[in-house]
Amino acid sequence: MSAAVAVRPRAAGVRLWVRAFPTLLRIGLAEALAYRAEMLVWMLTTTMPLVSMVLWQSAAQGTQLGPTKLGSAELTAYFLLTLVVRLSTSSWVLWLLTEDIRSGALAQRLLRPVHPLLGYVASQLASMPLRGALVLPLAIALLWNLSPHSLTHDPVQVALFVLSLPGAWLLSFLSMTFVGLLAFYIDSAAGLFYVWVGLYTIFSGYLIPLVLLPTWLGKLATWLPFQYMLEVPVRMLLGWPIAGGARDTVAGRLAALQSLGIQYLYVGVLLLAVMLLWRAGLRRYAAFGG
Amino acid sequence: MDKLEQVAASAIRVRGLCKSYRVFKRPGGLWPAVRSLWHREYEEMQAVRDLSFAIEPGERVGFLGPNGAGKTTTLKMLSGLLHPSGGEILVGGYTPQLRQTAFLQQITLVMGQKQQLLWDLPPADTFELNRAVYDVPRAQYQRTLAELTELLDLSQVMKTPTRQLSLGERMKCELAAALLHLPKVLFLDEPTIGLDVSMQVTLRQFIRDYNQRYGATVLLTSHYMEDVEALCPRVLVIAKGRLRFDGELKSLVHSLRPEKRVTLRLPGPAPAGVLEKIGTVVQSSGTQAVVQVPQAELRAAMSYLLDALPVIDLTVEDPPLEEVMRELFAETDGPAAKTEGAGSP
Repeated sequence: MSAAVAVRPRAAGVRLWVRAFPTLLRIGLAEALAYRAEMLVWMLTTTMPLVSMVLWQSAAQGTQLGPTKLGSAELTAYFLLTLVVRLSTSSWVLWLLTEDIRSGALAQRLLRPVHPLLGYVASQLASMPLRGALVLPLAIALLWNLSPHSLTHDPVQVALFVLSLPGAWLLSFLSMTFVGLLAFYIDSAAGLFYVWVGLYTIFSGYLIPLVLLPTWLGKLATWLPFQYMLEVPVRMLLGWPIAGGARDTVAGRLAALQSLGIQYLYVGVLLLAVMLLWRAGLRRYAAFGG
Repeated sequence: MDKLEQVAASAIRVRGLCKSYRVFKRPGGLWPAVRSLWHREYEEMQAVRDLSFAIEPGERVGFLGPNGAGKTTTLKMLSGLLHPSGGEILVGGYTPQLRQTAFLQQITLVMGQKQQLLWDLPPADTFELNRAVYDVPRAQYQRTLAELTELLDLSQVMKTPTRQLSLGERMKCELAAALLHLPKVLFLDEPTIGLDVSMQVTLRQFIRDYNQRYGATVLLTSHYMEDVEALCPRVLVIAKGRLRFDGELKSLVHSLRPEKRVTLRLPGPAPAGVLEKIGTVVQSSGTQAVVQVPQAELRAAMSYLLDALPVIDLTVEDPPLEEVMRELFAETDGPAAKTEGAGSP
């Protein structure tokens, strides 16, 4: 070995993260491809909206449900879009994080000079192309068969929908990370994933449109971030009223814009909470087994 | 250079280091399990107590102690994975638990029982990942990788998924991945565990070579005393979280076992009573005998043996390090632990 000397000072901080990120993504994609069968199975398990669609279609046969009079066509469009948004914005970082903390594998990530959370971001984002390859044909085929009136024709609403997708992914990722970091404090963190999934299933609109929830539960849902991970983007593309704004009107656009603002506000708050919990958790970290 | 400057120039400086864990305790059985739902009892476990030492740049130091002595906990604190409960650490001038980029870029921690290699991808992908996260310049990376590939004979395994590699191949790749950024401080925790003898020799040679070429500091824990003998002129011995010895390996062995071990090859069994006259008989079976002789009496013992017995072959060695360590660990386990030689920076 020759005693080589570095020819330039190495990057640090954010500059290092930016330089390293493309490689993290590339390696993440290679891992996603290595686990392609597992990912396909996982994605097939997230087809709950299709089951919900069939159930609610039969419940709505010949009638209209809820205060907004949802009929069979609206429910079909809702659940198909729910499936597409869910598949394109979901994350499983909670499972990875709790497992890494519990097993001590987090130690290997901590030894590297790039923030471990950035590694998790890259691994989740890297699976997007694979997910897209699976989701897009499904989405196109399903949406092709929808009535043209089921979706909004307002380009502003469509643009807001597109902007809400990264927000939905960030919210999903950060909320999962926050819950996952509780593994620093809880001896057995395996159940945390199921707590999160339970809350998400009820309060995001995954199982049932929030408007069909009992009034008190619907009100509770408006105070929680889960609807911004799923139902709010779905409503934007459907052109359903958001926070009282009517379809394809200026008021409707403003209401949708406001929801987008609240979504990103939640992102900011959760990011701060995650950073604080991360810092406090590391002080307690015992790196057992690792 | 005065004492203060020496301390500042140390590669590793540890002073009054402590680490305690809060461990949940519960007796077995159903009722204690139910009771623990609302009343949990914790015990404070002291893993490291008031540990102080300094290691100079380029030193190779063995970190020894029985299981649970606090070695791995200390290595984890030195590499910034754990926050100390008390005391202070400086590694290359940095406080490890702050995990500054410049600090992480100049250390590495290899844990023989844990891996950083990506399990389902070939080692080449882990190497590329490390190049990016350590921001190693491309030319330097290619040069270092070529050298490591040649020295560790990795060319055949670079493109094979890690899960399909043997333990020895994985360990060599682990070392390569850990050294690609040319760290100045190496923390090696059981780097040869589970490897066959020839692979252990290869890795020892490689670590020594790296230390000499780059002037890197090496702190190594191992249960294989051959690792320590081959690599570490100096050892730190800890037990129950406290430093029990800090000094040369040779002086540790001589202070614990001031005897030499004489091995004799004879045409037949030695007559009764002959060997006992010169020392403690460790083994006497058929044509081979091993006797432990006080160092001061070695010369007289040799001439007596050569006169009294038809010796075919004779060798004189220090007692095996494994045995000496077993004796030391047994001593340090007791209340009257040996503290002579315990140093501080």
